[in-house]
Amino acid sequence: MPAELGKDLGLSAEDQERLAQSGIDLNMGNRCGSYIQVNQDVVQESCREEGIEVLSIGNALKKYDWIKDYVWNLVPKDKDEYTRYVAEASDPKGYVIIARKGSSNILPVQACLYLGREKIQHVHNVIIAEEGSELHIVSGCASGQHVGKGGAHYGISEFYVGKNAKISFTMIHTWGEDIDVYPRSAAKVEENGVFLSNYVCMKPVHKVQMYPTAHLVGENSVARFSSVVIATPGSHLDLGSRAILGAKGASAELVTRAITKGGTIISRGHILGKTEGTKGHLECKGLILKDGTIYAIPEIEGNVVGTELSHEAAVGKIARDEIEYLMSRGLDEESATATIIRGFLDVKIAGLPDALQKQIDAAIDVAEKAGF
Amino acid sequence: MLDIEDLHVKVGDREVLHDVNLRIKEGETHVLMGPNGSGKSTLLMTIMGFANYTVTKGRISFKDRDITHLPIHERAKLGIGIMFQRPPTISGLKLGKLLVATSGNRTEEVAEYAKNMHMDRFLERDINKGFSGGEIKRSEVLQLMVQKPDFVMLDEPESGVDLENISLIGAAIGKLLEKEAHIIKRKKSGLVITHTGYILDYLDADRGHVMCDGEIRCRGNPREILKDIKARGYKECLECRQN
Repeated sequence: MPAELGKDLGLSAEDQERLAQSGIDLNMGNRCGSYIQVNQDVVQESCREEGIEVLSIGNALKKYDWIKDYVWNLVPKDKDEYTRYVAEASDPKGYVIIARKGSSNILPVQACLYLGREKIQHVHNVIIAEEGSELHIVSGCASGQHVGKGGAHYGISEFYVGKNAKISFTMIHTWGEDIDVYPRSAAKVEENGVFLSNYVCMKPVHKVQMYPTAHLVGENSVARFSSVVIATPGSHLDLGSRAILGAKGASAELVTRAITKGGTIISRGHILGKTEGTKGHLECKGLILKDGTIYAIPEIEGNVVGTELSHEAAVGKIARDEIEYLMSRGLDEESATATIIRGFLDVKIAGLPDALQKQIDAAIDVAEKAGF
Repeated sequence: MLDIEDLHVKVGDREVLHDVNLRIKEGETHVLMGPNGSGKSTLLMTIMGFANYTVTKGRISFKDRDITHLPIHERAKLGIGIMFQRPPTISGLKLGKLLVATSGNRTEEVAEYAKNMHMDRFLERDINKGFSGGEIKRSEVLQLMVQKPDFVMLDEPESGVDLENISLIGAAIGKLLEKEAHIIKRKKSGLVITHTGYILDYLDADRGHVMCDGEIRCRGNPREILKDIKARGYKECLECRQN
């Protein structure tokens, strides 16, 4: 019962709406499992799908001794002050999602991280897709309407994509303009494995800083990072993604669409081709709608003969001839501009289930309706 | 329907059109010919109201209303439509999405027209991205079919189009201009830029104009004008000052 759960959580209708915009369905419609954490309290950890387990990290560590080998394995404890903070926490929170060998689900598991009145929310997540499994996750991160109080979210996420397995992770942020967010994520992808990481941020946030890394260690493994972001005045988004092509046939694609309306976006990217027969492409397109900063720093680094890497980056404004073209079909200037921006942000992600693509589209549609 | 008087137009600092006068009545289709760079496209872009084209003198009236300084979309809403020769590519914007938006959500009609123009497979494609010459023209005609303008401007509809496409495009343009209707009942008007005249096989234009150096130098039967140009080129037109 959505309203009841929402009420139990002490969420206003407005905050429930913010969660919905982040892809969280309190009714569990079209979701196969759910993890909900409010501040440092685990409110829900369940999954109705056979072969997939959704647990809090505390329960996972109690239940399975082997989980500890997956914790702090891809992200170093002493990487920075945020990882150290999480590592030193006496009562770790966060989720563990395990897709068992051969299990497959198209319905996503939802992970909701909601920051209420606490100063700092911290999580440590471990996501494991065993051999041949397919796992989709929508991670909705939101904070309540408590502007002026400030708050921070530190999130460690470690993804293990087994042989012939696939993980898609779609993170939609609906933080507040006084919140700082420091995700620290890494993925290891084995033979023929696929890792899709999608990030959408259409709402104001004070600061986001992240640079997830995908280690492509298996032959023919694939990583695709896609980010669609808007920075409003006062928002500072320092976003990157890195792919290390470490096995023959490995490939990576890093795609960013960035719009500033007065905020700052630093779009970093690094593809390292360490092995022959690898491919990588990095693409960053930025639109400056109001004076702000888009700083694209694409890096491609090849170490061997037989790695093919490329990048393209462009920062600019909407072309006048495009606006006038649409106006000549009868759209007024404002609608023409919004239509072009909506198209600019329209990133179709290969291999993503329809429901999740729709979720991403819906988050962007909300921004379009609000007039970008 | 369209009345242009003493029109002078600047593009940047340069005056490109000088003293252009043109009147197109309801139901009439006119043809505009002239050498490259003579100002034909500039005239069409000015009638549509594009920002780079500054009217320094004269006026444009449409349906008895002065539209000289009206924004582009209001001209479109009044019933002016244009088929671009080289339309821009808009990354991410799907042709189908634009058609649904300009049609006022008449999705079924959009699907039917798209099928007629063999463009149904293109509705999910970014507008003009990777389109061939013929596909661009089909997309342009399709957009006009959805828009249903009363006055259609066509900038070289046959350029870059193969024979199979030209018959499809020609027939569709003929419909846009109500060529199947009796001459008395025909309400739609058009202004067509053509170099080859192939499109005239589908349009039966009423009147032709030759533009040189930003002026309309002569007017007359479009087929006769075309015959002269084919035989003698534009040399005499460039020297001629009869207008």
